[in-house]
Amino acid sequence: MNVAALSPLDLSIAASLILLLAGLSFNLKLGLESQLIIASVRMVVQLLLIGLVLQFLFSTSSVWLIILVSQVMLLAAGREVRARLKRKLRGFFGYHVGITSMFVSSFSVALLALLVILRQDPWYEPRYSIPFLGMLLGNTMTGVALASDRLTSLFYEQKEVIEQRLMLGESRSEAVSDIRRDCMRTGMIPLVNSMAATGLVSLPGMMTGQILGGTPPIEAVKYQILIMFLIGAGSGFGVICAIVMIEKHLFDDRQRLVLDKLLPEE
Amino acid sequence: MSLSYPDGPLLQAESLGFSSSGPYSLSLAPRCCAGLDGISGVGKTRLLRALADIDPSKGRVTLNGREREQYTPPQWRRLVAMIPAESRWWHPFVSDHLAPDYKRERAEDLVRACGFESDILGWDVTRLSTGEKQRLSLVRALLRDPQVLLLDEVGSGLDQDNALLLETVVRKYLDDSGGAALWVSHNPEHLERVATIFITMHQDRLQIRKENDLISP
Repeated sequence: MNVAALSPLDLSIAASLILLLAGLSFNLKLGLESQLIIASVRMVVQLLLIGLVLQFLFSTSSVWLIILVSQVMLLAAGREVRARLKRKLRGFFGYHVGITSMFVSSFSVALLALLVILRQDPWYEPRYSIPFLGMLLGNTMTGVALASDRLTSLFYEQKEVIEQRLMLGESRSEAVSDIRRDCMRTGMIPLVNSMAATGLVSLPGMMTGQILGGTPPIEAVKYQILIMFLIGAGSGFGVICAIVMIEKHLFDDRQRLVLDKLLPEE
Repeated sequence: MSLSYPDGPLLQAESLGFSSSGPYSLSLAPRCCAGLDGISGVGKTRLLRALADIDPSKGRVTLNGREREQYTPPQWRRLVAMIPAESRWWHPFVSDHLAPDYKRERAEDLVRACGFESDILGWDVTRLSTGEKQRLSLVRALLRDPQVLLLDEVGSGLDQDNALLLETVVRKYLDDSGGAALWVSHNPEHLERVATIFITMHQDRLQIRKENDLISP
């Protein structure tokens, strides 16, 4: 593969565009400049670090190291899901639901892809396993977080409706059926939309990267199709997992709503 | 408070307690309508919520001699139906809120008994006024055949005519079905008309003020 290597000068030309934008924002008092610069610096540092980590991982090929890295990625994703909730769940459960649903949405799906579809030798080949896991975590996290956020907010806002339905003799599951459907939609719609627009409006980053790296477009497209299927299915499973867990958690054994398990809005 | 009835009580609560209130004891005979009053904030709504098993509570509650825990929560709440002061409507049309197995004819009879034309069942819920919602929330509950009605200031916002209609509907339901009601109200005239027992709620006990016809014919 012969990629046109980028020199630091090339990157600094691109960075100067951001600086120009920051200057413009400062002049027009748009108030975005400091955030923009901090985010850019963070992005550069984080990517350089992960580049080093990946380079190291590829050279060692130790299964334990890969397991360790993947666990750290999973925990970080679970934590991030919790952090995105306006009404957080009290105690350890908030992390528990984030980590478990990210495990379902990404970890299990990535394992399936590595073992059944990609069949590399060794199966944990870091050049495949880490990018796959990362891509799945990153893309399914949004859906899981959106759905969980909507669920906890709706439980709080619609307390009276849920209780009214319970009073009329509906089961826990019937009483929240509309809310559940709403959250499933919220979690999945961005993904369904992006699937529909892919290739027509947008060229996915991974595919573009592969093409830039010299892969024949049709091979890159096949990988993109694979990853879209995995992200779609993973998101759906992860969203369902989060909804079921949170819903069960917010009722007690007599199907009474227990909203004091939610922290006040931040 | 402990009473004995010829047929045995329908609903009985012993040492019922929630947060720092109680323990309360209460028993309702078939066809009895208990009026419940007490100063604001004493916990009348919470008492109803505890009886309906919407809020957790300590103590023993039985219906027809069977303990609450022997019923599934939906069964219990269908039999011991709470009608809150402010009803909620979440589907687009009134009829969407009725029990899935409701009988059209019976629903229309009940609606008319509450002073409506029967076409109100097809109305969009956003058209309903507060008073209409209150009366329809009674219809909605009765169509699920409860044995005990827990009415939380239902009828308090209604004009005299509609309040009377509502009272008649409840009275008739209790007579026909052999059910019982616990009706929270701050209106003494209203309670005088409907109640067969009068209960005043205090922080630590329920006090019976007057008993009219405990032994129903």
